[in-house]
Amino acid sequence: MAEGTVCQLEVEAPRVAKKAKPGQFIVLRIDEKGERIPLTMANQNLEKGTITIIFQVVGKTTAHLAKLEPGDALIDVIGPLGMPTHIEKYDGPVICVGGGTGVAVLYPITRGYKQAGNEVIGIIGARTKDLLILEDEMRAVTDDLRITTDDGSYGHHGFVTDVLKQILEERDNVKMVVGIGPVPMMRFVCKTTEPFNVPTTVSLNPIMVDATGMCGACRVTVGGKTRFVCVDGPEFDGHQVDFDELTQRLRMYMEEEKKSYELFKQKHA
Amino acid sequence: MAEKGKKIPRQAMPEQDPKVRAHNFDEVPYGYDEKLAQLEAQRCLQCKKPQCVKGCPVEVEIPQFIQYIVDGDFAAAARQLKNKNSLPAVCGRVCPQESQCEQTCILGKKGEPVAIGRLERFAADYERNHNLVTIPEVPPPTGKRVAVVGSGPASLTLAGDLIKKGHEVIIYEALHTPGGVLVYGIPEFRLPKAIVAAEVDYLQKMGVKIETDVVVGKTVTVDELLEDHDAVFLGVGAGLPLFLNLPGENLCGIYSANEYLTRSNLMKAYKFPEYDTPIARGKVVAVIGAGNVAMDAARTALRLGAETVKIVYRRSRAEMPARAEEIHHAEEEGVQFELLTNPVRFIGNEEGWVTGMECIRMELGEPDESGRRRPIPIEGSNFTMECDMVIVALGTRANPLIPSTTPDLKLNKWGYIEADPDTGATSKKGVYAGGDIVTGSATVILAMGAGRKAANAIHEYLMGQG
Repeated sequence: MAEGTVCQLEVEAPRVAKKAKPGQFIVLRIDEKGERIPLTMANQNLEKGTITIIFQVVGKTTAHLAKLEPGDALIDVIGPLGMPTHIEKYDGPVICVGGGTGVAVLYPITRGYKQAGNEVIGIIGARTKDLLILEDEMRAVTDDLRITTDDGSYGHHGFVTDVLKQILEERDNVKMVVGIGPVPMMRFVCKTTEPFNVPTTVSLNPIMVDATGMCGACRVTVGGKTRFVCVDGPEFDGHQVDFDELTQRLRMYMEEEKKSYELFKQKHA
Repeated sequence: MAEKGKKIPRQAMPEQDPKVRAHNFDEVPYGYDEKLAQLEAQRCLQCKKPQCVKGCPVEVEIPQFIQYIVDGDFAAAARQLKNKNSLPAVCGRVCPQESQCEQTCILGKKGEPVAIGRLERFAADYERNHNLVTIPEVPPPTGKRVAVVGSGPASLTLAGDLIKKGHEVIIYEALHTPGGVLVYGIPEFRLPKAIVAAEVDYLQKMGVKIETDVVVGKTVTVDELLEDHDAVFLGVGAGLPLFLNLPGENLCGIYSANEYLTRSNLMKAYKFPEYDTPIARGKVVAVIGAGNVAMDAARTALRLGAETVKIVYRRSRAEMPARAEEIHHAEEEGVQFELLTNPVRFIGNEEGWVTGMECIRMELGEPDESGRRRPIPIEGSNFTMECDMVIVALGTRANPLIPSTTPDLKLNKWGYIEADPDTGATSKKGVYAGGDIVTGSATVILAMGAGRKAANAIHEYLMGQG
């Protein structure tokens, strides 16, 4: 699978499927020598006891995941972890903004807001049409779904924030914005909503190890205070998040990650 | 054999040369061989009223197991140990014997006490290495089911005790490998993971079931466990790392000791890229704190290629909480000590990596509530210590995962679970707790003692249920 490919896996994990709520995530490990990586659940099937995870191939572990065949097993699936999304009924629209694989995280949250009786506007974007995910699913749980692509191959030619700004200018009663996607996108969603004074929630995906509050690898600064994303999050008030620090911490093992991925590619060439 | 009446000195345990071992993860001491063990065992006076046993939180029958070593029946010595201690190979390595059994040994009054810990280690290793481990018969099932949350020393002890009473025991562990702090916290060079695995395997062969990857409080709640178990024991440890809350503490290259050690020990990051989990390899490393965990972190950093490792501690040498043996080993390997020094902020570069620490010198004032002399900053003594990695080893607090989903579980003001010190009983019926989640960070053996007491109380509770 080429770098950047978006993949979907259905994993048998009945305990996790039974408990999972919108906004929560899992940690998985592929094999004995594997690392623990956090991934968000896009969906769960209670009857089959399965969860659906969607991820983009960005390094060794995701490339390895993408190579798995039906019937293969993961050595560990742990969850559901993190706090569920706080969902309530607002007397105004909720805008759910998703970029790239962030749409997978956004989808169950959007569904939750819709089921709670909200007017939900969706904005989903990708670099190009082929990378856009969950369009039909998102359409089914929104009153109005807007689509953007960076290259103009589908929907609005431009960024999700262009459309977000336009809606915020048209509708003065927007009560909540949820923005989930790559860090730069979430940062711009927050910058866009700030002048309109609309509460904005983001879902963070920093580096984690145990993901149960034991190690502090995932710490972020929110409103000047250190928080652990794995137990206090993954969702925070986006206007309070120190995105610079988050970006730097996500790059901490860039060289090791590159080395690992190169070795994997050589082995599977 | 020594001649009768001739005084035998306390036998040293051979160990790896410090210069060599500072660059590998193999265990530091080699352990006694049979000859050394018997020589040391002969030093025991076989007291009629052994004080050493009183010094042991799980009351190991010390003179008896030592006598078996004198007699050359090493497997019997191991079995004697296991009557009271389900983890002898672990305790022989990590117990602070100098402040427990060996402190109360009568020989210590005038000379050096019997090396009880080294003998314990020898007997347990002998039994395991010679495949002499026998699995004791368990009584017929009582029909009672006990859920044990966490798989560290308190839980493993309790599981061993309850399975031997005929109860069904299921351990739920949040991580992917059982053992708790024994696998994620204590490094390979101090406690080889194969030994922990063997002790866990022993429990499983007796019938203890272990389910890993179950985060109680998330995957299942305590109340849900009570639906299909007759009692629940919470032995989850104190897993929340403390930070200093100083400016710059979230710079890249600054770790909690928990994270650093978990990456190295549990995830085997020291074998990267064979194992996928990476770990920073600092050249100049500052470790803040001077407990056993700080020594473990400092010695791990050396083994991962650091040129300089400094323990930075705000009090003086006399107040360092680590065991003397750990401090000695660290010093031998080249760890330096920057005492009466405290960081005030961390300094980083443009990429967000730590490049140094601004520190202040301290002096000792009057004793504080802990009985230790209070460190006081010396005004104007600030200086910059250059480093490219920092490990914060200041201890831990209670993890709120279980309390936050178990509202009727009473906590103390620090967030630890309130439990009766003699029984482990909590405010919630059928729920017991022990180890660090009750006392705060302590030792392996104290957690085991708590597991023992809770096992007795749970057994009484279950049998009283009818």
